[in-house]
Amino acid sequence: MADTRVPTVIADELHIVYRVNGAKTGKGSATAALSRILKRGEERGVRKVHAVKGVSFVAYRGEAIGLIGSNGSGKSTLLRAIAGLLPAEKGKVFTDGQPSLLGVNAALMNDLTGERNVILGGLAMGMSREEIRERYQEIVDFSGINEKGDFITLPMRTYSSGMAARLRFSIAAAKDHDVLMIDEALATGDRKFQKRSEARIRELRKEAGTVFLVSHNNKSIRDTCDRVLWLERGELRMDGPTDEVIKEYEKFTGK
Amino acid sequence: MTAPPSPDEGLTAAELAAKYGLSVSGARPSLVEYVRQLWDRRHFILAFSRAKLTAQYSQAKLGQLWQVVTPLLNAAVYFFIFGVILEADRGMSREVYIPFLVTGVFVFTFTQSSVMAGVRAISGNLGLVRALHFPRASLPVSFSLQQLQQLLASMIVLVAVTCVFGSYPDLSWLLMVPVLALQFLFNTGLALIMARAGAKTPDLAQLMPFVMRTWMYASGVMYSIPIMLADKPQWIADVLQWNPAAIYMDLMRFALIDGYGSENLPDHVWAAAGGWALLFALGGFVYFWKAEERYGRG
Repeated sequence: MADTRVPTVIADELHIVYRVNGAKTGKGSATAALSRILKRGEERGVRKVHAVKGVSFVAYRGEAIGLIGSNGSGKSTLLRAIAGLLPAEKGKVFTDGQPSLLGVNAALMNDLTGERNVILGGLAMGMSREEIRERYQEIVDFSGINEKGDFITLPMRTYSSGMAARLRFSIAAAKDHDVLMIDEALATGDRKFQKRSEARIRELRKEAGTVFLVSHNNKSIRDTCDRVLWLERGELRMDGPTDEVIKEYEKFTGK
Repeated sequence: MTAPPSPDEGLTAAELAAKYGLSVSGARPSLVEYVRQLWDRRHFILAFSRAKLTAQYSQAKLGQLWQVVTPLLNAAVYFFIFGVILEADRGMSREVYIPFLVTGVFVFTFTQSSVMAGVRAISGNLGLVRALHFPRASLPVSFSLQQLQQLLASMIVLVAVTCVFGSYPDLSWLLMVPVLALQFLFNTGLALIMARAGAKTPDLAQLMPFVMRTWMYASGVMYSIPIMLADKPQWIADVLQWNPAAIYMDLMRFALIDGYGSENLPDHVWAAAGGWALLFALGGFVYFWKAEERYGRG
């Protein structure tokens, strides 16, 4: 551990709470009053889900950090909170620059052609028109969509699920990031494409300052990460070098 | 369980963050910075609105033709009910009434659909809000831009209808441009307000159709306010005529229809049109920005 380590992400007693069924009332604003009127008798229906409970850690430049834990343990939620996409209930996340989540799925539209989705996805990630024009061919070639004919000019709803997943990954991976977060994105497409995307992720890792990887595949965590955070029921159960944490995790899951 | 490096030992998270110049993730930018970020995303806003518009009809056989056919059918239905059955065309000749009605329907639909799209702008796009970074105002602005493009397609129908009933293009048609610009500003502001309200209370999406319908019937879309309310107290007609929807409709009619002169407009109509636009655009923008860091909470 060198003394010159520079922190890039600091989570300080972070709590994330989801509210299911809309707003919690209690404030005097007009909208709150309106919602009280609308929801009279349904107050009990608002449920809170405490997804992340008081997680603290410091991530440093050059680290690749794996996030493990069983389903619903709050891994993806934690990533979104680090990215500043989910507001924290309590506590804070400090970051160096703008962390970004690898993924543009939500911005793409199935009714549009692959071509327009490349442009739309790029713009949604904050690339400029020129950047997209430069990288367009690269993205299409990487996705391999056009290997079996001119599919890029067809609407995305006509793609097979594998093709669509490949195009989505190719768009998402086209941008360079300071702090990069990957949410189980490795296992898309056929074997050939998986190899290509793993290589691309290694490349992105080299360019990015810090990488977070969420995965259920312990092997891919071992291959890529040097530090692992283990989350269970929203709490940080363990934080340490990959081998130690994975060993404990495997004991816990009974492998 | 974290192990901070030795020189930084003992620092709190906030001090450590300050020492290395880290900033709070997801904090709300200043208003000026926010405007700059929004401007940086102008290409995305435009592309997103066009994409939505295209996707809307992409499964239909007639495709983009529906952009023009839908408003035409709408106008035909209103004409049948209000013009033929209810005879709401009191005080107007048929040559004036039909373009009057069609203009009213189109202009009001522009506001109506901007509001409805605004309510769902955040609550209907949570996936996008939770996956990517962009100033959230991009969404409501993009949706009102989509409605503006939809209206421009409807204008083809409107121009055709107006010409068929004897009002031909002249200089006063140029007034369309400022009227549309002001109405677009007003709609965008309203959409921003509705987007914040709808993000907190998604139930508004169920309630708004009734509010909008009331607003439509009260704004003289299919009848002339001064003529219909001639035997009521003057202030009622004044209130109805000064409401923003009625102002923009009347101005558009004045611009397009030869037989619809300035005697049908309330006093200071341009000041009102500009005032409503500025009030809502600025107010709505600031109101929306105030909750920027909270959008996306479940």
